[in-house]
Amino acid sequence: MRHLLGIEGWRRDELEAVLDRARAHLPGGPDATHTLRGKVVANLFFEDSTRTRTSFHMAARGLGAGVLNWSPSGSSTSKGETLLDTARNIEATGPVAIVMRHRSSGAPHLVAKHVRCAVINAGDGTHEHPSQALLDAFTLRQRWGGLDGRTVLIVGDILHSRVARSNLWCLKALGARVVVCGPPTLMPPGLEALGAEVTHNLDAALPQADAVMCLRLQLERMGEAFLPSTKEYSRLFGLTAAREERMKAGALVMHPGPINRGLELAPSVADGERSVILEQVSNGVAVRRAILEVCTS
Amino acid sequence: MSATVLFRRGRVIDPRNGVDGVRDVLVQDGKVAQVSDAPLAVPAGAEVVEADGKWVLPGFIDLHVHLREPGEEGKETVLTGCRAAVAGGFTAVVAMPNTKVVNDSGLVTELVLSRARAANLCHVYPAGAITKGLKGEELAETGELISSGCVAITDDGKPVMNAALMRRALQYATLFGVPVMVHEEDLTLSAGGAMHEGPTSTRLGLRGIPASAEVAMVARDLVLLEETKGRLHIAHVSCEGSVRLIREAKRRGLFVTAEVTPHHLILDDRAVGDYDTHAKMAPPLRADRDVEALREAIVDGTIDAIATDHAPHGVLDKQVEFEKGINGIVGLETALGLTMELVHAGRLDAKRAVELLSHGPAKAFGLPGGHLAPGAPADITVVDPSEEWTVDAHRFYSRSRNTPFHGRKQKGRVVQTWVSGRKVYADGQVKESR
Repeated sequence: MRHLLGIEGWRRDELEAVLDRARAHLPGGPDATHTLRGKVVANLFFEDSTRTRTSFHMAARGLGAGVLNWSPSGSSTSKGETLLDTARNIEATGPVAIVMRHRSSGAPHLVAKHVRCAVINAGDGTHEHPSQALLDAFTLRQRWGGLDGRTVLIVGDILHSRVARSNLWCLKALGARVVVCGPPTLMPPGLEALGAEVTHNLDAALPQADAVMCLRLQLERMGEAFLPSTKEYSRLFGLTAAREERMKAGALVMHPGPINRGLELAPSVADGERSVILEQVSNGVAVRRAILEVCTS
Repeated sequence: MSATVLFRRGRVIDPRNGVDGVRDVLVQDGKVAQVSDAPLAVPAGAEVVEADGKWVLPGFIDLHVHLREPGEEGKETVLTGCRAAVAGGFTAVVAMPNTKVVNDSGLVTELVLSRARAANLCHVYPAGAITKGLKGEELAETGELISSGCVAITDDGKPVMNAALMRRALQYATLFGVPVMVHEEDLTLSAGGAMHEGPTSTRLGLRGIPASAEVAMVARDLVLLEETKGRLHIAHVSCEGSVRLIREAKRRGLFVTAEVTPHHLILDDRAVGDYDTHAKMAPPLRADRDVEALREAIVDGTIDAIATDHAPHGVLDKQVEFEKGINGIVGLETALGLTMELVHAGRLDAKRAVELLSHGPAKAFGLPGGHLAPGAPADITVVDPSEEWTVDAHRFYSRSRNTPFHGRKQKGRVVQTWVSGRKVYADGQVKESR
């Protein structure tokens, strides 16, 4: 039993083992092993989610597990129950894993210290989203065979993005070069120390990239004025059709969703030939099956 | 009142009086009677403390302690706080006013003092609020607070964001000659922040508090200090930029004093590790270069005092998501051990360490004690500089256990504490006499 709290700290061979295992779970691959038959996976989503929650649900079901779907509305958290009490109570019902999303960075780390079952981070605050990074890496490996020597450009709201952090660690561990790009107000300090190259000039960085990963502008986390306007953001950092033309031949476009169409990504680019956005979603189920297997085996 | 006591052959370190050597110290009637480098005869009926190999020091004075009473007695009371103080070698503490009820009136000051008298362990000096209810809107009645026994005014825990009000507070306090103690934090810069802004906050995905949140306010208040000719005491300095400004202000002769906590001298922001709320505090633990600047500042005199910012909290305040965790740690019972780490590492000489814990704070706030000249209060701390021990939070006298130092090995321990010539702590036990 082990937790997946983040990508940070996982070795390359461990990450590759999860990705290799995920391949067996692709549609048309060897049939699901039903390794979790008779077991229960608890989905604790303190924050809204469509893709991740559904994807983990499908993954658990595909492995033969029952799924306990929990959400804060209508639960005892509205009566003031603490996170730990909620988690301990859910654990007492006997799941083999808790899949957890929470608005506070580090919340799964807190829970993991106090429960015996596996804890899988499905996104914590602005910290990590490890399963997203794994499915992104899986998608890129599927296209390229491997990530060594490739350049991935992550564009947008790096400050608030848990996807950016997890991808940075994951892609670097798998041999890719990672460049992050965004306005200075949406760029946390010390990214270089984490292994990223930082730029604020999208037009200069774009032609070098083998894949461009656009991030959602997390307007709901922006109580203050991080940007003069979304229009200006789009003009400086949006992946427009004109910019797409300056991309390398064969370079890919990615987005973890949900997309603010027309803001960070032009609709024609999101739906265009370079886009692997829906492949990311499809691959998510296979990758999450592998994660569940690795964490509960 | 206590009997006669003779401390024999201890290393007496008394920075104010330039003493550092083996001495006998005779205490009579609660005061230091004689300090001698020749052995003194034992007066009839005197208690003798054989202090060979020990340090005999002026009692430590902590300018920054939260006693939580009135209002949050589950975390600490004046009594339990005093127990923790004497166990840590402190013979005097300054109690912060952000209790529930706030100490913004003579009535609350008198309540704290009456509890301190009942505890009868160490000296408790209340600090009153700068503004009514710590709301930062109107000045509290400083005159009433001072006449009731407050030794300083502060809104600690909160900054005075309104610059005009802060200017008036400094001006008005000149009437009484007391320091205005400030918690320096520009709330517009720190808003939403949970730890120091830097690579670690980026790694953990936590909103950072930039150093500028403190430095900008230090700069503002030094400008106001120069204009008002008041007395400013800057609490829990945490970063390099603040140190630079305070050093320069002192050079220009401004009446500014400053304190630093042991934890800001020992830990940097990496102590947050994987969201350890015991490393969550305000100001936050800063970068290693800030720690280095603070260490230099205690050596060169820029910082006047080591103060603990003893902030007791319950388990439920800390066993939560990091962003929800309440700021602060207890500090009274670990201060000496942490300071000794710097001494043993050769970063701080023993005399200066003692000065930062005794004479420095006494001078900054104009308090009695802090030295051992004949006639001084017999507030004495005896330290074994070589005793090795491990911090065990479960054995704290404080009612709270919130410390990141549980399990940390220490070298140097308080073995006895004497207040006004009375033994209040020895053999690991607080000696109550109520």
